[in-house]
Amino acid sequence: MSTATRSLPRTIGAHAILITYTVIALFPVILVVMNSFKSRAGIFGAPLTPPTPKTFDLIGYATVFGQGDFFHYFQNSLVVTVASLFFVLLFGAMAAFALSEYRFRGNTLMGLYLALGIMIPIRLGTVAILQLMVASGLVNTLTALILVYTAQGLPLAIFILSEFMKQVSNDLKNAGRIDGLSEYTIFFRLVLPLVRPAMATVAVFTMIPIWNDLWFPLILAPSEETKTVTLGAQLFLGQFVTNWNAILAALSLAILPVLILYVIFSRQLIRGITSGAVK
Amino acid sequence: MGSLKIENVKKAFGPVEVLKGIDLQVNDGEFVVFVGPSGCGKSTLLRVIAGLEDSTSGRVLIDGADVSVTPPAKRGIAMVFQTYALYPHLTVKNNMALGLKQAGTPAAEIERRIKIASAMLSLEPYLERRPAELSGGQRQRVAIGRAVVREPKLFLFDEPLSNLDAALRVNTRLEIAQLHRRLKATMIYVTHDQVEAMTLADKIVVLNAGRIEQIGSPMELYNAPANEFVAGFIGSPKMNFIDGARLGETAKTIGVRPEHLTVDANSGAWKGTVVHAEHLGADTNLYLDCEKAGLITVRIFGVYNAEPGATLYATPDAAKTYRFGADGKVLR
Repeated sequence: MSTATRSLPRTIGAHAILITYTVIALFPVILVVMNSFKSRAGIFGAPLTPPTPKTFDLIGYATVFGQGDFFHYFQNSLVVTVASLFFVLLFGAMAAFALSEYRFRGNTLMGLYLALGIMIPIRLGTVAILQLMVASGLVNTLTALILVYTAQGLPLAIFILSEFMKQVSNDLKNAGRIDGLSEYTIFFRLVLPLVRPAMATVAVFTMIPIWNDLWFPLILAPSEETKTVTLGAQLFLGQFVTNWNAILAALSLAILPVLILYVIFSRQLIRGITSGAVK
Repeated sequence: MGSLKIENVKKAFGPVEVLKGIDLQVNDGEFVVFVGPSGCGKSTLLRVIAGLEDSTSGRVLIDGADVSVTPPAKRGIAMVFQTYALYPHLTVKNNMALGLKQAGTPAAEIERRIKIASAMLSLEPYLERRPAELSGGQRQRVAIGRAVVREPKLFLFDEPLSNLDAALRVNTRLEIAQLHRRLKATMIYVTHDQVEAMTLADKIVVLNAGRIEQIGSPMELYNAPANEFVAGFIGSPKMNFIDGARLGETAKTIGVRPEHLTVDANSGAWKGTVVHAEHLGADTNLYLDCEKAGLITVRIFGVYNAEPGATLYATPDAAKTYRFGADGKVLR
């Protein structure tokens, strides 16, 4: 911003609003992480103070790593998230390419049908999904979760990506056709790299609800073998006694992988915004 | 080698008819320019020739063979696009090589052709660079090089100069003209700029609203336009059209090119007031509001001093005046 367009009160106002929002958004996260390093007495005695030498305790983490198979839960969550993400991006991009690139009968109708999923929550179909999974013998498998999450993520992915694909230069695709590239090569080599920022956006929007979901793991795959992290953390949530140390520690740990994935994708996002791709 | 024949090609997008029956013969080695206002169907026609669009009906023949159902890569054509359309992830060299690799050309042959093409277009220093590291003019030369290495029967240019600045446009236009002389290849060039059309073409095809208005050499179109549309489109500044009734003529419209009018301060056919004067050095454009003829443009070669508000008399050159009937066709 140039000095000509900057005014001090407005700058202060904008910063005040943004800082307030940041504090509100980060407060619960910081509270969770802070308290996960405290003893039980410390958590209840002074929940808002950071850990002091007196209240510092790693009991929560010890419980998490000692009890239950947390490493395994992490692995399950990661497998489900990464696999679903992969399929959402692949099929979403392919469908978006077809919708934006080819003129065929029912194109608009198909686009609307695929976008309808954004408005109808997939959880409405839980009972039917469960029946389907039982019938096909997929209950208590990670495959069940991957299938459901792929279906859940596709509508938004197709909606966003087809808008972006329409902006990819037609000339570039046609140049590829004249050079004898197949439609698949045009899609994977020419179009996909140019919509990478959009792919990153879709990846972030798809990933977080999948990682945080409790509903479908609880219903479709609650077995010890297939538990995800969010479901695993419930282990410490009893009807009468709740092991807060362990829950807070488990939640703190669960933030990490998703944070790493987010950082990877957001770098793609920023790179896409700053470098003009076509011209 | 490279002749093209188009027989009654029609193209419709849904209910909208973009090409309404095009017949055209392009001979081997000709430079043909399609020109017309935006939306006249010239780009669509080029895409039909390239095979990027299917025609709704009609046939396209390249070297006598019907290619209506042949994919673009197998038609023996190469195309240069307005937005260059270089592959952003490949170096200049690989951009040129890709089409040949796809066609299974031996590596040594690819190398040889790239060498010739890059020398021709002075691209040697840039072979290892990516498109993002090149200027607009260099990018367009790479795009032309990519077409040259394919050694096509037919070169197709889709408004290749539109994205370049004015100075570069003149240079690149010259390069394309030299390229044509050197390769003696058949070239089809689409533009909306009549100056490009006049300077490059052996044969100009003027299109309007999906139909061919006239085909001819640049001078034929300039000297003997078939109708009002062609007369108005070819030539700059545009031809003056005057209502025949106001001049007491039988023809519906009378056309006079600005350069075929002379002005005099004291006497002449049409008395008028100077509305605006454009001084370009080599010539001067005067806008006159005439009592009889309405607002007309006069182009005078060299410097002519005229202030807005001054009274001048314009006189048309009777031998170079065109008469158009009610249907827009020229009356002979």
